[in-house]
Amino acid sequence: MAKRTLFGAVATLLVIAAAYANFFVAPTERTMGLIQRIFYFHAATAWAGEMVFFLCFVANLLYIWKRRDQYDWLGVACAEVGLACITIVLITGPIWAHPVWGIWWTWDARLTSTFVLWLLYVSYLLLRTLIEEPGRRALLSALFGVFAFLDVPLVFFSIRWWRTQHPAPVIMGGSGSGLDPIMSKVFFFNVFVMHLFAAFLIVERYILEKLRHDVDVLQREAGAQ
Amino acid sequence: MSLLSNTSVLLGKELRTEFRSRELLITTCVFIIIVLVLFSFTVNPGTEQARQFAPGLLWLAILFAASLMFQSCFLREQVNDTLSSLRLAVAEPFSIFLAKLVANTLFLLLTELIMLPIFAAFYNIPVLPNFPVLVLVLFVGSLGIAVTGTAISAISAQARMRELLLPLLLLPLLTPVLVVSSIVTAGLLDRDPVVQWRGIAFLGVFDLIFLTALWLFGQYLLEE
Repeated sequence: MAKRTLFGAVATLLVIAAAYANFFVAPTERTMGLIQRIFYFHAATAWAGEMVFFLCFVANLLYIWKRRDQYDWLGVACAEVGLACITIVLITGPIWAHPVWGIWWTWDARLTSTFVLWLLYVSYLLLRTLIEEPGRRALLSALFGVFAFLDVPLVFFSIRWWRTQHPAPVIMGGSGSGLDPIMSKVFFFNVFVMHLFAAFLIVERYILEKLRHDVDVLQREAGAQ
Repeated sequence: MSLLSNTSVLLGKELRTEFRSRELLITTCVFIIIVLVLFSFTVNPGTEQARQFAPGLLWLAILFAASLMFQSCFLREQVNDTLSSLRLAVAEPFSIFLAKLVANTLFLLLTELIMLPIFAAFYNIPVLPNFPVLVLVLFVGSLGIAVTGTAISAISAQARMRELLLPLLLLPLLTPVLVVSSIVTAGLLDRDPVVQWRGIAFLGVFDLIFLTALWLFGQYLLEE
């Protein structure tokens, strides 16, 4: 318990430190001005969300293979935390886009595929609420999770190749891309903090799911007596 | 070898069940006509732009129709409690899926071919130039819809609110099929038709990925 509280406190303090760095340490961007500062938070959360969904996919595969409840708990924890991250991305994106692009939303590859990703995991969580029996719920949602994850790159490339564009990637986007050194440090600090905070949320959600499972077992035992 | 022979026997059963009543095909055709007519009220179907947006509407109608059509494919087995006997009867559970998805592809393709003249007349778009390629696009697109649709209907059949759940799970998964097949079809039906082989290949890759996933994981979908 003490360890979890400590972990939570450290993660929260680091989020505050990251917010401070975003506003006061990073230099102001030349053309976009202050609004660009949302980028650190926006892109770092997107990276964390994608990582968490990958972990969800791994947990789903492990559940199908090993059939241990732990993997189901990890799967649902990751799906919810990933969904929270992507929700933040979908909210901060338009806040940035409106002053810079002049529009709230554009149907380009990254925006649209992120939105479809969000829809797929909303469906995943809805599916879980509609199956009563725990074993069946775990297995069927794990299978749907695998299909959903396989679909994401297909969605991305279908829109990228047959529809339109987003600003080219700033990081690892080839020549001409790249960040100012201080901006880059602030950004990667944000990436680290967001991953850590997501990890903290996953641990908490995992324990909650485990407790629910224990309560379920106890209730069934009490009912049997 | 047993996979092929099992599949062909099961496919025969699927086709026989459907062609005794033909209720699935008839209802789906009527549904597509209704959707196409309703779409025509929301846009101006007589204009030249129709060539650009009508193929997208056609694919959207197909997607909606498929998400209704595939409801019955596992539900039918549940109502008569025949799924467990099916599982016991075949050595390879994948053959149950293979038979159902081949049947679903055939049903979908058949409704599309019946609907195509009506679509051409409603939106004033000639479909006969490039007809063989159009059929190829309809085939690879429908195969993708049938592969994912069959897998998802096996999931939704085991949940509550299954009628609503199937479109909810299936439609976002089919985004790539909708995007690519409507653009490839629009290219084919254009005044200066272009055949986008890259798009057709992409649809083929989609089919292959989900077919492989179904082959790997299909048996778990049918567990008791």
